[in-house]
Amino acid sequence: MREEVAFRLNGHDVAVEVDVHRTLLDVLRDVLGEMGTKEGCGEGECGACTVLVDDAAVVSCLYPVCEADGTSVTTVEGLFEPGGELSPVQTAYLEFGGTQCGFCTPGMIMASVALLAENPDPSEEEIRYALTGNLCRCTGYVQIVESVRAAAELMMERPA
Amino acid sequence: MTGTTVKVPVRGGVGESTMRPDGIPKVTGNFAFASDLYADGMLWGATRRSPVAHGRIRRVDIGAALAMPGVVAVLTQADTAGRRTFGLEEADQPVLAAGAVRFWGEPIAVVAAHDPDTARRAAAAIGVDIEELPPLSDPEVAVEQGSVVRHIRIRRGEPDASGAVVVEGYYEVGQQDQAPLGTEAGLAIPDGEGGVDLWAVSQWLHADHEQIHLSLGVAPDQVRCHPVGVGGAFGSREDMSMHIHLCMLALRTGRPVKMVYDRAESFTGHVHRHPARMWYRHEANEDGALVKVEAKIILDGGAYASTTSAVIANAAYFAVGPYRVDNVSVDGYGARTNNPPAGAMRGFGAVQACFGHESQMDRLAARLEMDPLELRRRNALGSGDPNATTGQIIEGSLPTVRVIDELAAIPVPDPADPADVRNRPGGTGLTTDPGDIRRGIGYALSIKNLAFSEAFDDSCEASVILTPMGAEVRTAACEVGQGLAMVCQQIARTALGLNHVAVVFTDTSEIGSAGSTSASRQTQMTGGAVLKACEELRDRILTEHGGDDLTDDGVVRGGEVVATLAELCASGPIEHRVVFRHPETFSTDENGQGAPHADFAVAAHRAVVDVDPELGLVRVVRVDTAQDVGTALNPMSIRGQIEGGIMQGLGLAVMEELVLDEGRMLNANFTDYLLPTFADAPDVECRLVEEPGLWGPFGAKGVGEPPTISSTPAVVAAIRDATGLELIRAPVRPEHIVLP
Repeated sequence: MREEVAFRLNGHDVAVEVDVHRTLLDVLRDVLGEMGTKEGCGEGECGACTVLVDDAAVVSCLYPVCEADGTSVTTVEGLFEPGGELSPVQTAYLEFGGTQCGFCTPGMIMASVALLAENPDPSEEEIRYALTGNLCRCTGYVQIVESVRAAAELMMERPA
Repeated sequence: MTGTTVKVPVRGGVGESTMRPDGIPKVTGNFAFASDLYADGMLWGATRRSPVAHGRIRRVDIGAALAMPGVVAVLTQADTAGRRTFGLEEADQPVLAAGAVRFWGEPIAVVAAHDPDTARRAAAAIGVDIEELPPLSDPEVAVEQGSVVRHIRIRRGEPDASGAVVVEGYYEVGQQDQAPLGTEAGLAIPDGEGGVDLWAVSQWLHADHEQIHLSLGVAPDQVRCHPVGVGGAFGSREDMSMHIHLCMLALRTGRPVKMVYDRAESFTGHVHRHPARMWYRHEANEDGALVKVEAKIILDGGAYASTTSAVIANAAYFAVGPYRVDNVSVDGYGARTNNPPAGAMRGFGAVQACFGHESQMDRLAARLEMDPLELRRRNALGSGDPNATTGQIIEGSLPTVRVIDELAAIPVPDPADPADVRNRPGGTGLTTDPGDIRRGIGYALSIKNLAFSEAFDDSCEASVILTPMGAEVRTAACEVGQGLAMVCQQIARTALGLNHVAVVFTDTSEIGSAGSTSASRQTQMTGGAVLKACEELRDRILTEHGGDDLTDDGVVRGGEVVATLAELCASGPIEHRVVFRHPETFSTDENGQGAPHADFAVAAHRAVVDVDPELGLVRVVRVDTAQDVGTALNPMSIRGQIEGGIMQGLGLAVMEELVLDEGRMLNANFTDYLLPTFADAPDVECRLVEEPGLWGPFGAKGVGEPPTISSTPAVVAAIRDATGLELIRAPVRPEHIVLP
């Protein structure tokens, strides 16, 4: 069964006619061509597909696209305008070793953005628990925690 | 043009923690992984795999699949135009199985269709009639039956030597998966002239290239393997997966074909770490000096050879660890079974052996009532000593005593505050009574060879091109996430004295092999090639122009610029291409004696754990380490390698294992195959021990594998310390603690 689903994606209105059983991840990548969001496991375990739906972090591989109707969706592409400046979270991941192979990075960054919106000054323990749903196989997580802490400090220094 | 210039040191050279040149695309979502690729008119591929671990194929019926709307091609072994097998060391694995299947998940046929769903449905619709046969799933039985890829025999010293103290042990290591976050993916595009271009995840483009053109039955120059975003590797991309299938489908259909394995297929579609069974006997004097070590090691190589012969060699050559002992007997067997093929994974044989030799060293220390680090210090292997197994004299640096002392100097943490439930084993599940928590501390040391061994002609080609803008480094080495682009950039900046350096990864038609991104070798090998190319280019330019320095301003003589970069390149960019080789290595004799290795690195780990013995739950509180890095070219990046490597070692120690039932994988997903999460991540302190190596650029040694080798036995030793249990197997599961 096909239905029209309309939502805001990174500040722009989009409307797609899709099978209702499609996931938000499928539609982002295969229909809309937004390849920044990754599929690592397809069953909600790894968090590589994390995006924001109305500012809440969700795993888009389990999120039925019809649920996104009428919402505002933000992916990693929505954090940076070509020619503009990197967001504080992106800058911190870059400078503090938060990315290696990079496959978990878009989802990890979106989960970090959601955390910092809710808790602008998280402790190391709060960062670890907030990001527990996101797997990284390269870094051992230490430099990701340091990146998120650095991002919090950057954001507190120069509020948006 | 002339003008005066002031010498300004380059920024972002060796020794600095520079930013990765691929970092901005990675944090903005613009970095192209293989799974992100797209081509106009492309088809999607899917693979039909064996539902049994061993059987005789009676019939493969592709009729129903081919008749499905949207299906363009269905190929079986009969469609392989060239060599019907492939393999990194021995071409024994069928491109597509015919006649027999030898492991669960072995590819039998491949499909190309208009969309991924149709391709998957068509693969499932292929009729496969197999007479199931009993699988050979026990590697000990395989060795008894002579089903062995390689037996390596090491005999050194006096077999009758004996010590006053004897400890014996049997140990097992389960099968670990590399589990990179990016699954296997690729895109093949036919060139319209019978050839094909391939972008697929890889650790070694030229090894893929050779195997692909042979199986396609086309000339070498008709296949080009291109670099592409990989998404982590850890050994899993050293063997090919979908590569030949994609090229066959592209050539048959005349259209681009893309394939992406989902997580379950990724588990079946790549090789894994070899599971191990090990028998050890150590004899020592009362003062702790080792007198004799005997070991038998069986690694299960699964159905096809892959890199088993090199992995079992590593396990055998490093069976003793970084210790001096004159009398050694080791038998290593790489078994061939009907289990999924095993191949390269970070640590490559040394991981398994390390669990054995370090468990033994702890038993010996306990028997002697000696501090476990003191026992290791007394026996520590150093530069100038013969390696215990091969007798090879260690010519480069080997700061074993220093890594022990540096590790011992890291403060031991206070007991965790049990009032915070997140500090308890079991965490917020509130299952652990604070009064039950038992703390343990464990140590382990490891030694690993760096780069390829045993007379392999380990070469690496790289090119540097001077342009009016600066320099461009070109290589076909695979950046899998470890930071190779960054380290090549740093080396080139320092060697040339230029700030603007770009690193370009190029395809197999443009440049010779860089060798594999494995064996901790690329910083030393591609880094070494880049250094050589840059130094020779700089010398060439300075000689031609009578200069005494090269800077961003150009050639300088006596403080004056005598030729700008633009003037140097007036008749075009200046290229200098080199092939770099490390010192020659040799095959060993019939007793395993000789000089098979080019370089070595040691590491030491200390783990601190809290255990809930009632429920068998373990929280790894800290893993600290001191590692021999030669010279630290990029300290932050080295720390990233060490912290990530320790997490993989921790995973093998307490949670990661592929579970097989008669060759059939039971947990091929991230729900049942557990990877360490943020909540499992211990604090880590790293001490980098810098004693320049023999031949790496600026004295650098590879750093990727050592963190994964001794972290596993250190964690298990800490659990033993907390519980008093023997714990002969990694990973340690709750039932091993609760019901020993």
